[in-house]
Amino acid sequence: MSHSGFLSPTGVEITFVLVGIATLGAALITVSTKQLVHAALWLVVALGGLAVEYLLLTAEFIAWVQVLIYVGSVVVLLLFGLMLTKAPIGRSPDADSGNRWAALVVAVASAATLVWLVVDAFRATWINLDGPVQGSTEVTGQFLFQHWVLPFEALSVLLLAALVGAIVLSRKKAEANGTDRKIGAR
Amino acid sequence: MHLAYPAVLAALLFSIGLYGVLARRNAILVLMSIELMLNAVNLNLVAFDVWLRDTVHAGQALTLFVIVIAAAEIGIGLAIVLLVYRNRGTSDVDKLTDLADREEKAEAAA
Repeated sequence: MSHSGFLSPTGVEITFVLVGIATLGAALITVSTKQLVHAALWLVVALGGLAVEYLLLTAEFIAWVQVLIYVGSVVVLLLFGLMLTKAPIGRSPDADSGNRWAALVVAVASAATLVWLVVDAFRATWINLDGPVQGSTEVTGQFLFQHWVLPFEALSVLLLAALVGAIVLSRKKAEANGTDRKIGAR
Repeated sequence: MHLAYPAVLAALLFSIGLYGVLARRNAILVLMSIELMLNAVNLNLVAFDVWLRDTVHAGQALTLFVIVIAAAEIGIGLAIVLLVYRNRGTSDVDKLTDLADREEKAEAAA
């Protein structure tokens, strides 16, 4: 592994930076656009860019999980939420609240602090991407079911609880519906 | 690869999500910004896992767990937003001020 400097970036680094810039741009549009549905669609670009970054970091399985869970289901869920709350199509001038300048100050301050901190801390640290792949599906399955079985199973219970909770929360009240009252009265 | 690249990208992404959480008015857009922040954390976890060459791969396992918890959170969060919308007719977080600490006489006047 050659520890190349800042002035001779490798191909992986160039790709990482370019995809990172695209990801950051999409994230910026997500939090700043006035059109609510466009925000959800730009979120797809940002999350897809992150999946490419995971691939570049050789975390293959996590990249596909990211595409499957985030791009596939979370964004669809968000779009359904926007539709069900009758979000306006087109530009909505009140998408940002009145404290956006305070929010901007906080965000810029946190960005400056964090970037300064991590650049200062990891100035001379390199990731060795050569050697055996660390995030292939085989490796992921082995460590997940050797070392992390119990948290994995606990998470399945958590998902079940979230499912039941979401159903209970979004169910109509029994008074609103006569047939519902007979079946589901408590 | 230089470790600073993923770390800086994650820091900037987290700050963008922080701005979105603070500045957005629609509750669903706030949820999107929370997703951005969680993804920034995931990128950090993956990068440090690959850097440290952890034998139990704690970073990647925790990334998968964070993704699962984010999915559960978005489900419950959207159910709550829909319930609020059904009861109040709005998903605007600025207008949901019933629990705000305000003057008594303003309450009486309203």
